[in-house]
Amino acid sequence: MREIHVQKITAAVAELCRKANYFLGEDVVGALQKGLQEEVSPAGRDVFRQLLENARIAREEEVPLCQDTGSAVLFVDLGQEVLLTGGDFNEAINEGVRQGYRQSFLRSSIVSDPLERVNTGDNTPAIVQLRIVPGEKIKLTLAPKGGGSENMSAVRMLTPAQGAEGLVDFVVETVTRAGASPCPPVVVGVGLGGNFEMVALLAKKALLRPLGEPHPKAVYARLEREILEKINKSGIGPQGFGGRITALAVHLETAPCHIASLPAAVNINCHAARHAQIVL
Amino acid sequence: MRAPLTDSDVEKMHAGDTVLISGVIYTARDAAHQRLVELLDKGHALPVDLKGQILYYVGPAPAKPGQAIGSAGPTTSGRMDPYTPALLQYGVKALIGKGSRSPEVRRALQNFKGIYLAATGGAGALLAKKILAAEIVAYPELGPEAIRRLVVKDFPATVINDIYGKDLYEEGRKSYAKY
Repeated sequence: MREIHVQKITAAVAELCRKANYFLGEDVVGALQKGLQEEVSPAGRDVFRQLLENARIAREEEVPLCQDTGSAVLFVDLGQEVLLTGGDFNEAINEGVRQGYRQSFLRSSIVSDPLERVNTGDNTPAIVQLRIVPGEKIKLTLAPKGGGSENMSAVRMLTPAQGAEGLVDFVVETVTRAGASPCPPVVVGVGLGGNFEMVALLAKKALLRPLGEPHPKAVYARLEREILEKINKSGIGPQGFGGRITALAVHLETAPCHIASLPAAVNINCHAARHAQIVL
Repeated sequence: MRAPLTDSDVEKMHAGDTVLISGVIYTARDAAHQRLVELLDKGHALPVDLKGQILYYVGPAPAKPGQAIGSAGPTTSGRMDPYTPALLQYGVKALIGKGSRSPEVRRALQNFKGIYLAATGGAGALLAKKILAAEIVAYPELGPEAIRRLVVKDFPATVINDIYGKDLYEEGRKSYAKY
């Protein structure tokens, strides 16, 4: 067993909060530059220029890319040969979020009760997706998720007969109905298979893939392309001002499912597709 | 563009126009809207005079030392739709956010002569640099949702809905659909 003190997790999470919210990934910057070249609408091109300028300011001045610094969604791959010492693992993560959001001047966007709606003041609790994996390391991936795009996301239990066609229609319908609200150009995470709760997680995980990297299976890579093309024919464009580029990428993740079911989920991310990773 | 705005100011604005706003604007989002409209419903005075003013839907990030305000881009406007007609009737003249408005809000913009503008969502670091000063003027207990008085210079926005019933989101989409 390898011993890891939970304080190390706290420090790592705090640093991930800063990095993810200040520094837009090179893959996303590249997609925005490509978008600027390919967009034909003048208003849309202006949006791409603003977003690239915004990413530069955030990086150079170390300020958040967006005021909505999100829910702290943390994916933890915990090696089964790790022995966690020195305290409560979950509290160590929340302490990391608390420190990270305070020290880096990130917005507290979490209310403690869905109806009473009192802000917790430190962006805790984190939303933790824990997986036990072989090995003696811990991989932490933080994906701060904004509320505007999350609100436009959807799960639908399709029937097997609806198949790929049903999936394409559902995704395109969900993204076009969202219009300008989720801050297009968006990144679209699609889950297919699993069950009701798992398919939403698949869609969220799909957002972690480097932007534009296709699904390894050809049939799904083709579906990703087909969905992206259809979304980009909607005309919604950057910020909904009209244009060619409504989505930067569509990423699909799949899992085995029940003979009766074809669960599908769409998790929309704004253009600020933020995530940061560290391995302990 | 500079507040306070009159009917004749907003009559000149059309969907698709890009404007630079300088002067004072007020922030308000979900929780503040709920409180403001409760006051209007009861016939009470608002904590700040918003007649002729511009409302910006934003919950800014905390300011770093030396900053007037933290990142401050627009939030989704649709959540404010249930409250907006009452505020337009009261006399608010312009709203800044992102995303489309309900038919009721669009009708109220026509009836009470107001305009709806969008700022670039997710450009919070860039937009914060157009904000020279910020002070909380109501509901400090709401944290990022408190009402702030901002002084802005050359704050960029695009007119989405004008008083003539036009909507840039619809027009823009039609122009580029199936491109």
